[in-house]
Amino acid sequence: MSAIGELGKLKTAKLDGKKQNKAAYLFLAPWFVGLALITIGPMIASFGLSFTRYNLLSPPKWIGLQNYARMWEDERLHSALQVTFTYVFVSLPLQLAVALFLAIVLDRGLRGLAFYRSAFYLPSLLGASVAIAILWRQIFGVDGLVNQVLAVFGIQGQGWISNPDTALGTLMILNVWTFGSPMVIFLAGLRQIPTMYYEAADVDGASRRQQLFRITIPLLTPIIFFNAVLQLIGTFQSFTQAYIVSGGTGGPVDSTLFYTLYLYQQGFTNYNMGYASAMAWLLLVIIGILTVLMFWTSRFWVFYDDQD
Amino acid sequence: MTKIDDAATAAPLATETIVTGRPPYARRRSPFRRPVTSIVRHALLIALALAMLYPVIWMVVSSLRPNDEIFRDPGIVPDSFEVSNYTDGWNALAYPFNVYMWNSALIVIGCIIGNLASCSMAAYAFARLSFNGKRFWFAVMLLSIMLPIHVIIVPQYVLFSQLGWVNTFLPLIVPKLLATDAFFIFLMVQFIRGIPKELDEAARIDGAGHPRIFLQIILPLMVPALATTAIFTFIWTWNDFFSQLIFLTKPELYTVPLALRSFEDAQSSTNYAQMFAMSVVSLIPIFLIFLFGQKFLIKGIATTGIK
Repeated sequence: MSAIGELGKLKTAKLDGKKQNKAAYLFLAPWFVGLALITIGPMIASFGLSFTRYNLLSPPKWIGLQNYARMWEDERLHSALQVTFTYVFVSLPLQLAVALFLAIVLDRGLRGLAFYRSAFYLPSLLGASVAIAILWRQIFGVDGLVNQVLAVFGIQGQGWISNPDTALGTLMILNVWTFGSPMVIFLAGLRQIPTMYYEAADVDGASRRQQLFRITIPLLTPIIFFNAVLQLIGTFQSFTQAYIVSGGTGGPVDSTLFYTLYLYQQGFTNYNMGYASAMAWLLLVIIGILTVLMFWTSRFWVFYDDQD
Repeated sequence: MTKIDDAATAAPLATETIVTGRPPYARRRSPFRRPVTSIVRHALLIALALAMLYPVIWMVVSSLRPNDEIFRDPGIVPDSFEVSNYTDGWNALAYPFNVYMWNSALIVIGCIIGNLASCSMAAYAFARLSFNGKRFWFAVMLLSIMLPIHVIIVPQYVLFSQLGWVNTFLPLIVPKLLATDAFFIFLMVQFIRGIPKELDEAARIDGAGHPRIFLQIILPLMVPALATTAIFTFIWTWNDFFSQLIFLTKPELYTVPLALRSFEDAQSSTNYAQMFAMSVVSLIPIFLIFLFGQKFLIKGIATTGIK
């Protein structure tokens, strides 16, 4: 078999040389067109538009760095940044911690793993929908489910969404609620840890706790890192939940004004297309810097098992 | 919550089709030898699962209650059966709800076909062909997965409005035909790399060209990856709100998420019973795909036997 394989390789190598280029570009043609027209082209255009005033009706007018100067002074932009950073840096570690904890609990040869995995995973599929955002709006309303349950225990609740101090918290709970997708990734990662490590640790008399912190967690750090980067990029772009829960305003008092929601308002409600483009580039720079930072810190805490 | 989350989840689901169980390493023995600990653990896990799913169950039960009771009854015992919430909710907006369902379905079908065709072609080139600049383009493809849609949405909108495509489904479907959901390219590349190369080489010796190898050998073998792609495209597109909100403004073109949102504007005093009823309707396809999809993935593990 391997000889035939080698022969085939020789033959294809001789035959192809040039030919594979042509075939490859044919297979990649749709992707290249999409990359040029839908991704890179608009990216360059958006960079150009960020130096203009443009409302779709009249042609773009070059205004230099004015959009960026305006961002420096825009109070709503600053509060949008603050809201988004708070949302990301509180709910994301919580979500990952819950996901990691449950993955470790579920991986311990527990019966009914498939059932629990499905039950915990389902909210991740539903969490992005408008239907669940509508449900959340009711649950945390003045007469909502949470206050009804609290009333059973004789506690007087409040309007969680109409109170600017708690509105963002309800969205964070929604984000933590969708811990199922990182949990599934953690479970897949736990399966890759060879049992022999645990057997050796048992022989050496290591306790469960030692095994958790000396074997499981270190070997899982690449997956934790992978999850953290993906969730970071994704959470920064959250939109639907804040839009529905606040009725598109980002209220009360801008307390749920996610960055993307403000970008939507500027670009597609006020038609400040130039300003929205500048905001989009700031978002890209922020996400880029945070990702690079995470990769930089990863060498201090992510453990790569070279022997594997 | 966002596409990226789900995207991340799709990868292990797909690798599970390759890595069955945990063979080379035997199953870890359960540390819960004492039955009491095990029972406590199960009780806690079941309580947590129930607490998580409680709001959703409550919404389903509430959608069958009279509107004023939704604000009084936190229980989930089905006590009334107001089917009228569903029939009235179905017709509460400018168009009956089946119009919105049909619009969503058309977009979903278009996106699935687009992603399956365009991503599988690109994946074949990346996984099996050698060409100039391959490493560079592969890196570009990986980076494009992480690009926030917001960076390109404004010029995209300008482009599509100049083409006269705003208020059509084209801005939502055409990009999928051009493989812009690069995550699926990556997923399929990973899968194709697991298919033995000897199969294509044998076919090449028999004189098959790349189109034939792709269509007759690779595609049939990568059905599990195609199914994963179809399932995730379905869920993302059905839930998508941002781009539909931007490109569809005419009520007759509204999709299910846009229709649900307009419930709040349409009525002065929001009728939660009807809104819940239609929300439940909107989640049914996701539930079905979740049940059907999980089965299909596990079946993919058992029957394809690709290692």
